[in-house]
Amino acid sequence: MEYEAVIGLEVHAQLLTDSKIFCGCSTRFGGAVNAQTCPICTGMPGVLPVLNRQAVMFLLKAALTFHSKVAPYSRFARKNYFYPDLPKGYQISQYELPLASGGYIEIDTPAGRKKIGLTRIHLEEDAGKLVHGSDTGSQGKSYVDLNRTGVPLLEIVSEPDLRSPEEARQFMQKLKAILLYLEICDGNMEEGSLRCDANISVRPVGSDKLGTKSEVKNMNSFRYVQRALEYEMKRQIEVLEAGGEVVQETRLWDADKGITMPMRSKEEAHDYRYFPEPDLVPIEVKQYGIPDYDARLLTTSPRLADYYEEAVRHAGHPKTVSNWVMGDLLRELKRDGTEIEKCPVSPAALAELIKLVEAGTISGKIAKGVFEEMYRTGKTPAKVVEEQGLVQITDVGQLQATVAEVLTQHPEQVKHYKSGKEQLLAFFVGQVMKATRGKANPKLVNELLREQLNAESRS
Amino acid sequence: MGDALCRLTIREMNRLLRAREVSSRQVTEALLRRIAEVDNKLNAYVTLTQELALEQADAADRRIKNGDKLPPLLGIPLAIKDLICIAGVRTTAGSKILYNFIPPYDATVIRRLKSQGAVFLGKTNLDQFGMGSSTENSYFGSTHNPWDLERTAGGSSGGSAAATAADECIGSLGTDTGGSIRQPASFCSVVGLKPTYGRVSRFGLIAYGSSFDQIGPITKDVTDCAMLAEAIAGWDENDSTSAEVPVPSYARVLDGEVRGLRIGVPREYFAEGLEPEVEDAVRAAIHVLEGLGATAEEVSMPKTDYAIATYYILTTAEASSNLARYDGVRYGYRTSNASDLLSLYRKSRSEGFGEEVKRRIMLGTYVLSAGYYDAYYRKAQQVRMLMAQEFAEVFKKVDVLATPTSPTPPFRLGEKLDDPLKMYLSDIYTISANLAGVTSISVPCAFSSQGLPISIQLTGKAFDEETVLKVAYAYEQQSQVRHRKPPAVPQGDGHGV
Repeated sequence: MEYEAVIGLEVHAQLLTDSKIFCGCSTRFGGAVNAQTCPICTGMPGVLPVLNRQAVMFLLKAALTFHSKVAPYSRFARKNYFYPDLPKGYQISQYELPLASGGYIEIDTPAGRKKIGLTRIHLEEDAGKLVHGSDTGSQGKSYVDLNRTGVPLLEIVSEPDLRSPEEARQFMQKLKAILLYLEICDGNMEEGSLRCDANISVRPVGSDKLGTKSEVKNMNSFRYVQRALEYEMKRQIEVLEAGGEVVQETRLWDADKGITMPMRSKEEAHDYRYFPEPDLVPIEVKQYGIPDYDARLLTTSPRLADYYEEAVRHAGHPKTVSNWVMGDLLRELKRDGTEIEKCPVSPAALAELIKLVEAGTISGKIAKGVFEEMYRTGKTPAKVVEEQGLVQITDVGQLQATVAEVLTQHPEQVKHYKSGKEQLLAFFVGQVMKATRGKANPKLVNELLREQLNAESRS
Repeated sequence: MGDALCRLTIREMNRLLRAREVSSRQVTEALLRRIAEVDNKLNAYVTLTQELALEQADAADRRIKNGDKLPPLLGIPLAIKDLICIAGVRTTAGSKILYNFIPPYDATVIRRLKSQGAVFLGKTNLDQFGMGSSTENSYFGSTHNPWDLERTAGGSSGGSAAATAADECIGSLGTDTGGSIRQPASFCSVVGLKPTYGRVSRFGLIAYGSSFDQIGPITKDVTDCAMLAEAIAGWDENDSTSAEVPVPSYARVLDGEVRGLRIGVPREYFAEGLEPEVEDAVRAAIHVLEGLGATAEEVSMPKTDYAIATYYILTTAEASSNLARYDGVRYGYRTSNASDLLSLYRKSRSEGFGEEVKRRIMLGTYVLSAGYYDAYYRKAQQVRMLMAQEFAEVFKKVDVLATPTSPTPPFRLGEKLDDPLKMYLSDIYTISANLAGVTSISVPCAFSSQGLPISIQLTGKAFDEETVLKVAYAYEQQSQVRHRKPPAVPQGDGHGV
């Protein structure tokens, strides 16, 4: 009978963040033993984790690349078990609400390009390393190095879409290439910065029933991924052919002997007692909520996108910022043939201008002129507004006088308005704006005009 | 005059320091002498930090002499519950498993107090890891109530409450997971505030129930409570669960004014198990507030019935995980007869933890286990949310809730030690505030016919410490209770200064 494999991978990739996921310690590889530790990553009494923003950003990069769905609301969970390389007695990981799910990675097979589905992508912390006595010269003793404890890990779980050990190797190589391009992991399987475990079962070709799977661990090179799974596939087929049953178990790949061996069952009898991590607040990934058109335009260059994002960080109002950047800003840059990185208006200055409009200090119309002046002179918006006396007129008394004046100057139009030509209101607004050199608060002008016109018609 | 110095409140001592009528060293020395005299009876302190205290006192005196800007807690000698880390000072959590642990860092509250120039007299006794209501679950022996040495000082912050009541410090810090500040404050006739969850940083507080724990002041009066709360409150970048809510000046709202204030009296808190003397005293205290122009109305909070069950599922679940780090590998107690890794874990933990801690770890491990999680942990989380909603609803109608802090005055040492459930029920009125995450204060209001302390508990909405402090202060001004001093402690002149 001919068999095929059904393989799913669980991959752990160490992220190239500057510091650990929940504390400020360095993540550099190869430091002096226990030199890159602090009370937080060594799990001292009373310490608390604080999430590294960069780690989340790295995950989002990967998730977007893999076409995964980013969860708007996600949280961390504690995975509880005892081991000396795990100082807190639990690993902070994700369980019920991972940061991303779905998506796929494409690999090339003899039958053509194939999409391998992803189940989920989440963040968790790495554990430390045990150094046993035989390696250090002091027999019978074990030591623990906690430098690696708390290094951020990206966990990527694939669907059982891989049909051969060859495909599994290809998947890993493709994944490595993508992580390298994203500059979020160095992809070194030998040093353990990229690791993978596999779930594998076999079934007769043509069958859609899943066989009993085993889990294979300790495959620390691309070649070993393929060889270990080839061995395991052959072993399972032999068991089935001999009329036996595959046992669900965890097996370790022994590269020297070229075989997989069952792990002692005691080591895998875990109930991790996952529950939501109470020391961390849920992560909310907010979207800018701008139209696709805006998003496409703003991401035509990374610099432009950075400019936009920084301005939003300062000003809020993603759509307003987008309008300014796509409209006035890009127009001025285009006219000068200037690049965004040489833009004389900084993202913070643009944000300040937007805030002046939001606060009602200047009108949106005046703001256009202020922007041009800022672009020309590099002055701050506050300075321009102050120098040119552009602060919006919101003083009711002052505006009432101007409105009255305008109405007196245009008796004809007032008459027409009163006989029902209400569209003339826009004309009066225009006149008041003209009289105040655009500084009147338009909403207020509208109100005052209606008030006075209606009052006159009653009298 | 030594004992007179020990009796000072924070506010009084601050005034005397500014007027240069006393020095911080004088008061610190008087307190250290008093501790030497009376603490063998009370056992309020686990560790004394005499040298540190005198050093800090001298530093404070120098700052006063230089006429620098003087923070309110400059030179004030405080006692700190031994669940809060002070760098370089042994911090035991009241447990054998940390009998030798010296943290290399300060808790955020300690850093804030140090920056004001406060003085630390020592670390106070507690139920191991804050688990208990009588300070009997301490590896370092029980704390005795200064009003009656045969009785408990309450728990888990029994040491801080007893030290404050017996004038072994000017003020103190406790921690409250289910009433551990308020119940001992009530039992010792001092003031104790549990701030809103997220109001005070938990960084450096040894965790018991992470989503419940809060640090708060235990003081001789409400004014001191406001001063100390203000000093420790506020957002902390090291605690993701601390809130970015500005801290108002608490002392400024203490004006005795409660006209128009609406007090809710939840029916469920005046039910079976409440001693008549306590009920009478609390109702009388509510009357006093009504006399000042507040209005009281009965409200109903039926979900109160689920509080104890919900609390013991969620806190033990968190505790079972929080206490996993005490494994004998890196710090603290390690068994001397381990044969392999598993026996190192088993023996270190079995020998290092007390009975109550082990009981709660087992309970918590059970409720998180595969197959039980949904029935216990998840269900309890849902009930917790409903309870928080019930509080939010009732606070649409009233400004504060007035209840007893404890159903009884302090009970006898040993009385409930063999009956954990009976012990758990002594927290029945305090734990709801921790489940809902709101703020709550205990203020002395009476003495029983046996001369034992009784307190009223005032609970307010989240981040509204101002209102509970304001009401507590208004009540305190009308009451003579705070002028009464415990008789069980020698009151005579010390050695003078």
